[in-house]
Amino acid sequence: MKVLVPVKRVLDAYVRPRVKSDGTGVELANAKMSMNPFCEIAVEAAIRLKEAGTAEEVVAVSIGGAKASETLRTALAMGADRAVHVLHEAEVEPLAVAKLLAALARREAAGLVVMGKQAIDGDNNQTGQMLAALLDWPQGTFASGLEIADGSALVTREVDGGLERVRLALPAVVTVDLRLNEPRYAPLPAIMKAKKKPLDTLAPGDLGVDPAARTRVVQVEEPPARQAGVKVATATELAERLHAEAGVI
Amino acid sequence: MAVLVLAEHDGASVRPSTAVAVAAATDLGADIHVLVAGADCAAAAQAAAGLSGVARVLHADEPGLAHGLAEALAPIVARLAPDYSHVLAPATTFGKNVMPRAAALADIQMISDISGIEAADTFRRPIYAGNAIATVQTDEPVKMLTVRTTAFEPVPAAEASAPVEAIDVAPATHGAAFEGHELTVSSRPELTTAGVVVSGGRGLGSKENFALLDTLADRLGAAVGASRAAVDAGYAPNDSQVGQTGKVVAPALYIAVGISGAIQHLAGMKDSKVIVAINKDEDAPIFQVADYGLVADLFDALPELEGALHKAKAPA
Repeated sequence: MKVLVPVKRVLDAYVRPRVKSDGTGVELANAKMSMNPFCEIAVEAAIRLKEAGTAEEVVAVSIGGAKASETLRTALAMGADRAVHVLHEAEVEPLAVAKLLAALARREAAGLVVMGKQAIDGDNNQTGQMLAALLDWPQGTFASGLEIADGSALVTREVDGGLERVRLALPAVVTVDLRLNEPRYAPLPAIMKAKKKPLDTLAPGDLGVDPAARTRVVQVEEPPARQAGVKVATATELAERLHAEAGVI
Repeated sequence: MAVLVLAEHDGASVRPSTAVAVAAATDLGADIHVLVAGADCAAAAQAAAGLSGVARVLHADEPGLAHGLAEALAPIVARLAPDYSHVLAPATTFGKNVMPRAAALADIQMISDISGIEAADTFRRPIYAGNAIATVQTDEPVKMLTVRTTAFEPVPAAEASAPVEAIDVAPATHGAAFEGHELTVSSRPELTTAGVVVSGGRGLGSKENFALLDTLADRLGAAVGASRAAVDAGYAPNDSQVGQTGKVVAPALYIAVGISGAIQHLAGMKDSKVIVAINKDEDAPIFQVADYGLVADLFDALPELEGALHKAKAPA
């Protein structure tokens, strides 16, 4: 089975996002960029499937500008076998990303797509579900558990009420949540070796997809700031003020 | 053109998240239809018909629609979508699972997690874990949206019920099967709709210590939440996680105990009306958003607070 793992380059999770003064977006120039943390978990999951003998090949794919190739090298260093870069400098919306991934999944005859449940920039949480729809494959979203056996995937999903288990006939799309695994750090020799692994570059047109945007970001602004309140000296004072002043108890 | 709301329900009743999605739909000023799709969900359809502002309920009942699987529900939503100006669902794990699948089937670029409606085609939504708010305008013929559950006040019950109309759906065929679930059983209010939330962080130190919050929660009739650190450490179940990737809450009172206040956590609770922080580290970022901060060892503060609450509430 071939596993496809889409990865996205985003503002590093430990960098505080700053809104640009002209309100057109979040400042990314000269900021530290990294692989989306949910994508790291997806790469780790795919590599573990290969190590377990369940998957034969792990193909990482990224859609983005020239620097997305760095993110693909990270995936290769972690253990992906090869990479495909769909080069497009402008922002690509989830539906267009899903169309590109669907074309690639068909072309690669992938048996499974494992990907993050959302990217921490746009927080859309759409692409995996859209991909599954376009391929007419079942979907296991927000996965905290994944077992592959007998042509199906048993996915444990983190849902609002607790946990849910679904069995998906392969091929399928699985989107991963935070607690599926702890992604590995690539050791230096693996990083060196990753530079020699194959990385193909395609244009959206090669996959027959028009990546034109259908929505426009009119403005990006800071959220309303919350003012720090008062410090109280004791828990007793806290209870009194919550009762008499805030009126919430 | 009317607006369609996809109901989240358990067969017997609709979830409060559905009343929130209806509230957002109300702001669009058109007739509101609610789709209740499931197996043996006639009672839920009646419940949806009783929500204020609902003009009609579409009731799809079929064994293959059990458990709200996206593979079965999305084709129904996609088929209905072209008849509506907007299709809305709550931005819960249910809505997040189903709506993008439906949107892709309808070839619509949807908009997730809206926190405000500026115009019929323009919406506000948090990005970067709530560190920025984007205003997004769409050209799509049908606006497909999920609604942030803390951003709108749920609609109340209506005085009269709307008509319920059964709709035919093709038997669902798909490659997904429900295998089971482990739902957290609690006598406490649901986290996302509770009026008071008591949340614990890594400062609690252990699963046993985390249970100390139960006494306080019981006294306040509160739901219990947790930071990601506490969930990752195994102190609290995953469905109690409050934060951008967990649950988003906005209660009247949020009490953060032993939580440092990572950006990710703040994104999930900073719209609470009154925030209380108890932490022994006076530099913890949580104090920057707290209305009332208490710098203290939580193991001393909790019992004192419980005792004081008893007195404060006693005369009432």
